[in-house]
Amino acid sequence: MANNTQTGGKSFIDNLGKIYGIYTGGFAAFVIVLAILEQMGVSNQIIGYLFVFMTVGVYALIGVLSRTAEMGEYYVAGRKVPAFYNGMATGSDWMSAASFIAMAGTLYLSGYDGLAFVLGWTGGYLLVSILLAPYLRKFGQYTVPDFLGARYGGNVARFVGVIVLISASFAYVTAQIFGVGIIASRFLGISFEVAVFVGLAGILVCSMLGGMRAVTWTQVAQYIILIIAYLIPVMIMSAKVTGVPIPQLMYGQALEKILALEPALGVVKSHTAAFADAKGVMNFTDGLNFFALILCLMVGTAALPHILMRYFTTPSVRDARKSVAWSLLFIFLLYFTAPSYAVFAKLEVYQNVIGQQITALPGWVQSWGAIGLVGACDAANAAAQYALCKGVTGNADGILQLSEFRISADAIVLATPEIAGLPYVIAGLVAAGGLAAALSTADGLLLAIANALSHDVYYRMIDPHAATKRRLIISRVLLIVVAIISAYVASTKPSHILAMVAWAFSIAASGLFPALVMGIWWKRTSNAGAVAGMIAGYGVCLYYLIMTQFYGMPLWFGVKNISCGLFGIPAAFIVTYVVSLMTAAPAKEMQDFIDSIRVPKGDVKLANADDAISH
Amino acid sequence: MSELTPEKAKAYWGRTSGLMWTMLGIWFFFSFVVHFFAPQLNKISFIGFPLGFYMAAQGSLIAFVVSLFWFASKQNAIDEEFGVAEDE
Repeated sequence: MANNTQTGGKSFIDNLGKIYGIYTGGFAAFVIVLAILEQMGVSNQIIGYLFVFMTVGVYALIGVLSRTAEMGEYYVAGRKVPAFYNGMATGSDWMSAASFIAMAGTLYLSGYDGLAFVLGWTGGYLLVSILLAPYLRKFGQYTVPDFLGARYGGNVARFVGVIVLISASFAYVTAQIFGVGIIASRFLGISFEVAVFVGLAGILVCSMLGGMRAVTWTQVAQYIILIIAYLIPVMIMSAKVTGVPIPQLMYGQALEKILALEPALGVVKSHTAAFADAKGVMNFTDGLNFFALILCLMVGTAALPHILMRYFTTPSVRDARKSVAWSLLFIFLLYFTAPSYAVFAKLEVYQNVIGQQITALPGWVQSWGAIGLVGACDAANAAAQYALCKGVTGNADGILQLSEFRISADAIVLATPEIAGLPYVIAGLVAAGGLAAALSTADGLLLAIANALSHDVYYRMIDPHAATKRRLIISRVLLIVVAIISAYVASTKPSHILAMVAWAFSIAASGLFPALVMGIWWKRTSNAGAVAGMIAGYGVCLYYLIMTQFYGMPLWFGVKNISCGLFGIPAAFIVTYVVSLMTAAPAKEMQDFIDSIRVPKGDVKLANADDAISH
Repeated sequence: MSELTPEKAKAYWGRTSGLMWTMLGIWFFFSFVVHFFAPQLNKISFIGFPLGFYMAAQGSLIAFVVSLFWFASKQNAIDEEFGVAEDE
């Protein structure tokens, strides 16, 4: 293997610490320079522009430097990404615009029940590490459908896998591009539709020339920016409220104050009440939905191909396991901070907004109200000033009651710098972080979709003799085509977009997880069993989603359709099990193949020699 | 290292499966079981947090991270014991 190519060379890997250290220092210096510029009177608009263009410019530069014409580099970054850095890359691959911007807001609005997302989006990594990642790494090919094809006798299983992969990933990537559009339009002052295509250009330069290699090294850079941007505002907020800049420990104090204020303000559902309905009464259905959502998000985590394929890039099976642990640590840093954003924002609202004279509200209510993210709806005509007040009629007593206050989930993280009284440069930093989160996830998803189409459909199923050069060209063309289609869909602002992201987890969980896990852990799983199971899981989940969402079918046991995996996952396991027992056991060659991927050392013994990858 | 005999391979997979079930137990406990008791745990206060809320917001997450690092080193020890770890 040629090791002297641009950034893939040995010296680059050896110097990663130094390179990303300099990069982090450079970013800090850049923020300080912007802060000085702001003090000197440079306008907010220009600061916003500098933030967006400088960070996207750096990602693009990494993308260009990482360009490659080798298959192994393009699909799996040459399998030499150290566990620690692969963990960072997975962290930003994982954390999307929704995690960065909307999750804290969801926790603000739904209190304890929102913690299902915090748990569901972290605990799934245990399943990734113990059940799948090391074995898929040992298998050692390019995509998740590759495994299904090799284990379950060819193209039928591969094709079903590709269908599930694309259904789960496409809605998800559309939502990321939507997020990029929102952030870019807000901070650049351009129209949403234009911003979507500007964001698209940013995504494509990161991934097109260098495939997985470029995406990996850009994602590490994006992780560093997003985690700095997420932690700094809430650390300052914590220092301001409690005197100690460790929000994760100190928000307990703020929470105590909130719990003490709740009865006087007339809050019926406490922030910490578990499994309670809107009236604060504990009930079975809310508890069931809490746990169903946790299960679907966790199992979905362990089945989403853009995450699983990250563990194809480590140098060894041992590193794949270590890398999952690092991934979770880097994700944990953001997720265990998110509830503190919600609590500090809520304390501010309860102490300084509710019960105040409508004329004496803090400045941030006014400025975020102007763009429709906050509403103070005291007077009957408040909707004229606050878009969020539409349909809310206040009592016009000049004082803001709790029932007259509205806040969008997106406002919590975005408005925190202003609530804490920080200069605009911190707001710009948060925007750069949100952008990094959305771009990095979009990169990973687009690559997963394009690789499934170019590698699994084109190369494996249509033209197995295609030359390397041709395959790489097809990959890049498909990447652009998929990106443009998803940008087009995003620019139409589809109304179900957020619901579709949550569905992606249930779809992947039902369609892919059982076939992957049983393929490794139960040798008896037959080709027909796995294919039938994938179709059954995918079918049940999709049927429940579509019928309840669009045709008014009543919910089964009150389970929300976001958790359709609660029915799809068991359906897939049972069908796979029963059909496998009804059909012939896998041949000796297949048993040997399974044995060979269960052990870290040694060669992989493919049951069908045609499944070998050619470089 | 010599080729893995069928008996050794079986023993290796037994140990690996055992660790898998242990980890699944840890996963199940911190993902579900402890949160079944959230309403009761919420009556206990822990550094300012109601304990049920704390477990869902932080406690379980810390357990997830720690158990994954433990798992990586434990499985590696099994690999080395059976001589099936990859060469450096």
